[in-house]
Amino acid sequence: MSRYRFLDAAGLIFLGVVLAMAVLVPASNLLLPPDSALHVSDYLVPLLGKYLAFAMLALALDLVWGYCGILSLGHGAFFALGGYAMGMYLMRQIGPRGVYGNPVLPDFMVFLNWQELPWFWLGFDQFWFAALMAILVPGALAFCFGWFAFRSRVTGVYLSIITQAMTFALMLAFFRNDMGFGGNNGLTDFKEILGFSVQAPETRAALFAATAVALALSYLLCRWVVTSKLGKVVVAVRDAESRTRFIGYRVENYKLLVFTLSAMLAGVAGALYVPQVGIINPSEFAPANSIEAVIWVAVGGRGTLLGAALGAFLVNAGKTWFTGVLPDLWLFALGGLFVATTLLIPKGVVGAVTDLLGVRRKSELPAAQSIVAAAKSPAE
Amino acid sequence: MVIGGRTTNALLYLDNVSVTFDGFRALNGLSLSIDHAEMRAIIGPNGAGKTTMMDVITGKTRPNSGEAVFEASHDLTRLDEAAIAELGIGRKFQTPTVFEMHTVEDNILLALKTDRRPFPVLFSRRTPPEKERIDALLERVRLTGHRHRLAGELSHGQKQWLEIGMLLAQEPKLLLVDEPAAGMTDQETADTADLLREIAKTRSVVVVEHDMTFVRDLGVKVTCLHEGSVLAEGSLDAVSSNERVIEVYLGR
Amino acid sequence: MTGQTMRSIRFFGGGRCGALLLLLGLALCALAAPARADALDDALAGFTADKYDDTEKAIAALVAAAPPNGAEILAALGSGRLAYEPESRTVLVRHADGKLSLARTGEPASAEIAGKPLKTVRVNNRIRRAVEAGSGAFALRAPDPAKRAAAARAVFRSREAAALPAIEAALAAETDAGARAALEQARAAIIVSKPDAPEAERIAAVDAVAAAGDQDALAILNSLPAGSPQAVNDAAAAGIAKIERWRSIANLIQNLVYGVSLGSVLLLAAIGLAITFGVMGVINMAHGEMVMIGAYATFLTQNLIRAHAPALDGASLLIAIPVAFLVAGAVGVAIERTVIRFLYGRPLETLLATWGVSLILQQAVRTLFGPSNREVQTPDWLQGSIEILGVSLTLNRIAIVLFALLVFAGLQLLLRRTSLGLQVRAVTQNRRMAGSMGIRTARIDALTFGLGSGVAGVAGVALSQIDNVSPNLGQGYIIDSFLVVVFGGVGNLWGTLVGALSIGVANKLLEPWAGAVLGKIVLLVAIILFIQKKPRGLFALKGRAVEA
Repeated sequence: MSRYRFLDAAGLIFLGVVLAMAVLVPASNLLLPPDSALHVSDYLVPLLGKYLAFAMLALALDLVWGYCGILSLGHGAFFALGGYAMGMYLMRQIGPRGVYGNPVLPDFMVFLNWQELPWFWLGFDQFWFAALMAILVPGALAFCFGWFAFRSRVTGVYLSIITQAMTFALMLAFFRNDMGFGGNNGLTDFKEILGFSVQAPETRAALFAATAVALALSYLLCRWVVTSKLGKVVVAVRDAESRTRFIGYRVENYKLLVFTLSAMLAGVAGALYVPQVGIINPSEFAPANSIEAVIWVAVGGRGTLLGAALGAFLVNAGKTWFTGVLPDLWLFALGGLFVATTLLIPKGVVGAVTDLLGVRRKSELPAAQSIVAAAKSPAE
Repeated sequence: MVIGGRTTNALLYLDNVSVTFDGFRALNGLSLSIDHAEMRAIIGPNGAGKTTMMDVITGKTRPNSGEAVFEASHDLTRLDEAAIAELGIGRKFQTPTVFEMHTVEDNILLALKTDRRPFPVLFSRRTPPEKERIDALLERVRLTGHRHRLAGELSHGQKQWLEIGMLLAQEPKLLLVDEPAAGMTDQETADTADLLREIAKTRSVVVVEHDMTFVRDLGVKVTCLHEGSVLAEGSLDAVSSNERVIEVYLGR
Repeated sequence: MTGQTMRSIRFFGGGRCGALLLLLGLALCALAAPARADALDDALAGFTADKYDDTEKAIAALVAAAPPNGAEILAALGSGRLAYEPESRTVLVRHADGKLSLARTGEPASAEIAGKPLKTVRVNNRIRRAVEAGSGAFALRAPDPAKRAAAARAVFRSREAAALPAIEAALAAETDAGARAALEQARAAIIVSKPDAPEAERIAAVDAVAAAGDQDALAILNSLPAGSPQAVNDAAAAGIAKIERWRSIANLIQNLVYGVSLGSVLLLAAIGLAITFGVMGVINMAHGEMVMIGAYATFLTQNLIRAHAPALDGASLLIAIPVAFLVAGAVGVAIERTVIRFLYGRPLETLLATWGVSLILQQAVRTLFGPSNREVQTPDWLQGSIEILGVSLTLNRIAIVLFALLVFAGLQLLLRRTSLGLQVRAVTQNRRMAGSMGIRTARIDALTFGLGSGVAGVAGVALSQIDNVSPNLGQGYIIDSFLVVVFGGVGNLWGTLVGALSIGVANKLLEPWAGAVLGKIVLLVAIILFIQKKPRGLFALKGRAVEA
């Protein structure tokens, strides 16, 4: 059965599409003339790249919610932390090209009359360090948070509420100027990444390709996790937590592992997002963002990795279209999407399609099985 | 080992266990001792404390006072559910709880006695001996033909049996079985009694049951609980002729 | 602060007109005697001389004569509204509205005099200082004891030695206990700082100053003139320690009072949620929007009343309470019937669907009323402030505390004492049993949800007084509300009360040393840790009921 295979047909198609995008979108943007029908515009490349980063966030969220039953309303925080780590690297790359021309201090610190770089900014001039922090900081936060929460068995809605409170607290903290992350304005006006101008079409194309590859790798990683025996335990935790405990699994450790892994993935997604949109500010921590990410997963179909990624793409494309054409109606549409998805297609688009395709096969199964059972039981 | 001033070699030993919920005494000085390879039936009216007793043994509920000792050396009141399960105590719930989104086979696989830590589990691959164990267990609980079905699609009786199969996969020393015959046909009930008797040859089994026919089928020592403590203990005939038992439980 | 006191502060703080003060002090000594009519006439005559010297003397004479409208005359002089008719030498006060009255009696001037050419009494800076000084002196014996006390406080702050005779004269005549205490403190403040006063008297004065216990007293004791005797300095040090002790207590009280005020806002915001989430177990993320709808209902009610029944304007807030309850309650029932009832037993889906509802409601309000803030007016009877335990509190804050407690008590009564409450409790405890006893559970669900939403709407009436009425109003309360309910213990109204008040007080106690934002963050983290430690909240339900 397909559920056991590491890669099924749908998964292969997904990987194929993502990797094809990784090649074709940059190629079309850089090689085709702007008037060509197949040309992907300079505007569209980072936009699509943003969707891909969101799709990664959706994968991360689906891992904890769809498979482990932990509805995190704070995944935006991990995403934003990863983004800030990358933003700090990009800030330090500005060097003396800032408005105040200080070779070490970012502009906002000069503005605040700071004399030297705070300790937590050290090392961020190195790309590898920033990249590592984009993974480790969200991971560490998730680990600490989960360590306490899962150990004391906070579950369900309670957990959702405190994850929301967590990202809210972080938002308030990052709004403060003396936190040293640029306060209200966040980090922006980036110049270079690894020596390449962030504005250059070539850099943007490369960032897009990198994001697409990262999405493909994340998919493979998630797929590997959910098809492993650990994946089965995690689903068991989702459906019958105390049963899993009584079988001898220490549920909190499993949740902790999945939650931390998921936060790290979200951090990577955030780190890829920031250079493409050119800014990271505290509003990325807003609780509403995290909930919006949940609806991507719900729309696409939770518990199916494909659905999560697809949902992120669909909802965000819808958002771009609506906010461009009918800005006043976007919140109605988004709100309606929340209501309609939960009421009408609780399994999401992918789940609903699978059900439709599986109807015939399923209706045959129980009948066949019960015949077998009936034939067997008198004999025994 | 010396416990509470007495020596015991029982597999499970509860002494003077009390549990209070908001002033309500669910267990009131309950004492119970189960020997190796013994099967015991527990009867008693609703609210007698049968489920709470199981909760205490499996680490779900912490007693306010009293001792719960396993194999004369493990203090169950200090361990969590997972640790107790790994010691060798398996539990079957009153309403069958299996992993409905997993196949029958996977249900057994998850219950197999293996390393329970996340990372070993993440990297584990099913070995041939494991496959043999699964085959044998499925055969034993008569679900071989259903191995690829989702557990959620099974009938009530089949779920009960799958759960017993999962219990056996854990290779426990003590099985706690809560109302295994509930919702079963007469034939299934009789089969279940056979299965439990067979299991009890090598392991200890505690069965909580209301169905007196089923208890009679088991033919084992019976303990009657009432208001959180032991009312009577002995053969079914002796217990069911006890005046107090008749009064509070069986009815005249 | 009234204009009168403002002037007296400037006067006593000035210090440049010490001689004049002395003069006034002497004049004040005459206070005990009833004002003689001829003294007043003499004084007024001075204003008609058209010479600054005479005018200045006239001011002193006026203060000595102390007519009831003396302060008014001085105020008119200061702002160039004192005039005289040269022929009859009648002094007139020109009011802001242009009417004239006789300075002598305060009666309206006859048309005859008013019709003649009038000269305005000229004022220069010297006269202005004299006017201020005179006003201060009048303030010290104003008919209103509060004004007298305020004038004395001004002297207390300035420690102007020259004011001592005036103070002592006022003290001799003072009958009001409050004003007397203020005068005595003012006198003590002067004596403490007076190098030539006897040592014993200064030490006694230190105690009197310390008893005032405020920032000014601290400043006085901290800035004793150099060369004061050791005993005086020691006494001052002891006094400072005492004041600081008292001030830390007063600060604590102030923070407690502010904390209770914030706590009652939280209680109001959360109490509807305590019904829908706590009692029914429904995760209503649109709860904040119910509050917002209540606030907009208040805004509409107020506007309708202003347009159609202006006589009821003062009561519009009271009328808005049932209106907000019904509107928000109706919206709540509609949400329950169309969305939530399909999601019972699926809390996470409920959370998402109601979040969607909240977005729709926000946008709907934004479309209907625009994105900007709407102003809900505070009725007269809620304006102003009073002082409790040395803490000044606005009346609307106090009203919110009382209102929150009232709503709480009302809900408790409803749930405990009415048949609806009985049915609600029955359905939430055992739905199937309640159903089989003939309770229409679906109807009770809708009503309970409507009740919770309605209460949220009522909260909106109160919050419209202290918060911006905008489509985002509810967003600001949703996280806090959930934390309050979970912190207090789900399913327990008392828990919500205690939770709200303790979070409010904790927040205000944290603010002084952590700042507002950091304090809030610390509190959020503390609550998160608390919930992780005790997931069932402060007042946890135990036993089997919880497992279900």
